[in-house]
Amino acid sequence: MTDTNNSLVQIRDLYKRFSISGDFLDQIKFRGGKLVREQEHVHAINGVSLDVIQGEALCVVGESGCGKSTVARTVMGLLKPSAGEVSYRGERIDNLDDKALLPYRKKMQMIFQNPYASLNPRMTIMETLREPVQFHNPSLSAVELRDKIHEVMHSVGVDPSWGERYPHEFSGGQRQRISIARALAVDPEFIVADEPISALDVSIQAQVLNLMMDAQESRNLTYLFITHDLAVVEHFGTRVAVMYLGTLCELASTKNLFAEPRHPYTRALLSAIPRLEDDRPDFIRLQGEVPTPVNLPSGCVFHGRCPHANERCKQEIPALIPLADGSQVACHGVEEGRI
Amino acid sequence: MSDTSFQMDPQPSAWQRFKDSHFFHSFKIDRVAQLSFLIFITYVILALGAPLLSPYDPYDLSQVDILDSEIPPSWEEEGDERFYLGTDAQGRDMLSTILYGTRVSLTIGICAVLLQAFLGIVIGLTAGYVGGRVDSLLMRFADIQLSFSTMMVAIIVLAVFQATFGTELYQDLAMIMLILVIGIAEWPQYARTIRASVLAEKKKEYVDAARVMGFGRLRIMFRHILPNTLSPILVISTVQVANAIISEASLSFLGLGMPVSQPSLGSLISSGFEYIFSGSWWITVIPGVVLVVLVLVMNLLGDWMRDVLNPKLYKG
Repeated sequence: MTDTNNSLVQIRDLYKRFSISGDFLDQIKFRGGKLVREQEHVHAINGVSLDVIQGEALCVVGESGCGKSTVARTVMGLLKPSAGEVSYRGERIDNLDDKALLPYRKKMQMIFQNPYASLNPRMTIMETLREPVQFHNPSLSAVELRDKIHEVMHSVGVDPSWGERYPHEFSGGQRQRISIARALAVDPEFIVADEPISALDVSIQAQVLNLMMDAQESRNLTYLFITHDLAVVEHFGTRVAVMYLGTLCELASTKNLFAEPRHPYTRALLSAIPRLEDDRPDFIRLQGEVPTPVNLPSGCVFHGRCPHANERCKQEIPALIPLADGSQVACHGVEEGRI
Repeated sequence: MSDTSFQMDPQPSAWQRFKDSHFFHSFKIDRVAQLSFLIFITYVILALGAPLLSPYDPYDLSQVDILDSEIPPSWEEEGDERFYLGTDAQGRDMLSTILYGTRVSLTIGICAVLLQAFLGIVIGLTAGYVGGRVDSLLMRFADIQLSFSTMMVAIIVLAVFQATFGTELYQDLAMIMLILVIGIAEWPQYARTIRASVLAEKKKEYVDAARVMGFGRLRIMFRHILPNTLSPILVISTVQVANAIISEASLSFLGLGMPVSQPSLGSLISSGFEYIFSGSWWITVIPGVVLVVLVLVMNLLGDWMRDVLNPKLYKG
């Protein structure tokens, strides 16, 4: 079980729903002779609880649309949770207004997925990097400011003499470095990285990943790393959280998860990693499609596709159960010992 | 890393960057744009230099002689060497009056558009970025405003003003009133265009990045989003200046614009209209041609700019 004392960020029973039925007038429907108000929601996150421990790199994996990015954006305060709490060092932050959040903005930063959209096209690199430093440290002199920015640029391998250039003059990998530099410029402790390398080509991915690992070591950072690339997880992550349809299936250390996946979904996911030897007898084919997050399945969200599902799985939502090796699994089958 | 092949040339100057840009390149190959730009610049120079360039001062009554009235242009048989484009019904030199009139028309057009742009940018940015109820409210205002035609609003406001405060005060304030009326009546054009671009821009990750940095709303709106919506603003501005000049001319033609003592192109056309059937065509036709050419080159420039800055044709 995780020790809450050294956890940096705590996420408790987080829910996030998005309304998809438009404004008030669109919601009013005529049913059976009566006017009724109907609202439909996408249930993006359904009761996720996570602890990010100081100094670790917690990877969140899952397929497209499972709510990984929504978790990241809710933690950063870009979205307000529908229910649940987000705390930073024990202080609740999800209900603070912009002004009260300001001290946390300096400590929590985010790296975005698309390096082509995450830099303002009308600002030079220097302006992009200078603005946050100046904003959070208004007392710095011009020389200190410049030194600080040059130091950050050096640390991500961007030459300070490129500062007067605009983002479109750089390649994707260079832009992502600049994006990382922007996040590092305010000296954060915690970085949420939302698929930071999925838009880069493979040769650049390793560079950026190594850069992030170096930064973690030299600046004592904690990462919440959202990805769908399991090879990256194995290389980068301290612990892994597997998500499916807005819920957490399994949370384990990287070593344990790859050696011994418990949850049926995790097993299927890991067996789908392409490997050099082609004859894999244990390749798990899941039946059907991911259900729609608008009408969630009852009970375990995975029961419709799970080969081990029984009546209990259809009725009861499984909770995360801690196991002997410190992993946590949300599965009735694992709990009952039948898987 | 600084001396690897990544090292690029020394930073080009702003002028050099402009010369290398797509914008300048398409200007170089487009004859229509070049010609329009040349004519437009000529207009601006003539308007700015009117007091120096014009042979007479049409505002100075001591230089006007009623006996010189309705002299045709100098190339006509009855023309007079002193008045190259002839004189109007009061004996003012047409050339000087047109130069001063262009100045008045351009001033009103540009100031009215600045006012439109200011209102439209503030309202459009707020509506687009804040969204929700604020957006609905502001855009319904815009819809209501658009459902009245500009001319109708302007005619009512100016006529009521003239009736309430008397013609004399009106003549003193005519230019300011025209700028205010045309400026306020047309802001929804800007607001809608900017709101649409803001809606597209605010979904981009650089806005999220700015929010994560903790920047305030105003800073994000004006420093991050606004510079990225400037190309549509530039395009509608050229067309709107032309529209504002036309509106001013129409109002002056209807007698609600600039007074005869300080004529704009529109009021010149209007004042000559009474004499057109008695043979004095030049009082109406020459300022008319000047006005049409001015509006035409501005519209051509606007069209060209819209094509060049269209992200579907060119991205950058």
